[in-house]
Amino acid sequence: MMVVTVGSAIIALEAKEIVYGAIGLAGSLFGVATLFFLLNAPYVAVFQIAVYIGAVAVLILFTVMLVRQEKWAKEVRSTSFTRLAGAVTGLAVVLALSLAVLATNLSQFTNLTNSATFVDIGRLISTGDSPVLEVLALVLAAAVVGALTLSKVEREDKTQ
Amino acid sequence: MNSLADFVIVSAMLFGIGIYGLVTKRNALRLLFAVEIMINAANLNFIAFGQYLPFATGAQASAPNALGQTFVLFSIALAAAEAAVILAIVVVAYRLHHDVDVSELKSLEG
Repeated sequence: MMVVTVGSAIIALEAKEIVYGAIGLAGSLFGVATLFFLLNAPYVAVFQIAVYIGAVAVLILFTVMLVRQEKWAKEVRSTSFTRLAGAVTGLAVVLALSLAVLATNLSQFTNLTNSATFVDIGRLISTGDSPVLEVLALVLAAAVVGALTLSKVEREDKTQ
Repeated sequence: MNSLADFVIVSAMLFGIGIYGLVTKRNALRLLFAVEIMINAANLNFIAFGQYLPFATGAQASAPNALGQTFVLFSIALAAAEAAVILAIVVVAYRLHHDVDVSELKSLEG
C-alpha cells in the first residue's frame, strides 16, 4: 500500500497527459486513506475518501478537462538543470528525514496504543476545539464565496 | 510495515516528491498536485504519531488521544477550501491568458 501511495504520487507529477496525472493524484489520496485505515483511524480514512476523492479529485478532474490543452502533452519538459535541482532537493529532504527517523527509536513503537473512536473525536471537536470549528466554517464559506466571485467578475469583464 | 518509523518514512517520501514537483513543474495544476501531496504527507504524520504514541502523562493520561485525528479532520477541510480557491484562480488565469504556465503569468508580478 505504501508502494501504491508513493508510486501514484510520482505518476501524478510525471504523467505526460495531465488527466492521468489527476487520476494518479486520486490514487495517491486513496493510498493515504488506506494507510489511515491501517493506522486504526477509520473515521479519518472515510473522511479522506469522501472529501478528497469525492470532492477535490473530481473538482480537479473537471478543471483539468476544462483548461487542458493539446500542447501540454508534447510540451518541452523543464530544463534538465531544473529537473536535476528538483530531484536533488527532493532526495536530499527524503534522505535527511529518513536518516533522522532511523536515528531515533521510532521503529520501536510497533503496536497501536490508541483506541480513540469517533465519539472521542466528536467530543473534542465540539467542546475544546469548537472555536476552531467555527473559524473553519467561516474560512470554508469565505473560500466558496471567493471562488464564486473570481469566476463572476471575469464573466462581467467578458461581456464588456 | 508495522512500526511508526515506516509510516513516517512514507510521509517523508511523499513530502520529498511534493518538493520535487514544486521545484520542477511550471504548470499551475501540477503545482496544485504537489501541494496536495505535501498536505497528505503532513496528515499522515499527524495520524501516525497520534495513533502510536500514548497521551502525554498527566491528568488525561488514561483518555484516548483523539488530537491527531481531530487536527487531520481540520486540515482536510482547509485543504479542500484551498483547492477550491486555487482551481478558481486557475480557471480565471486560463480565461485571461489561455495558459496556466506560472512562468507566463507576468501580470501577477507586482
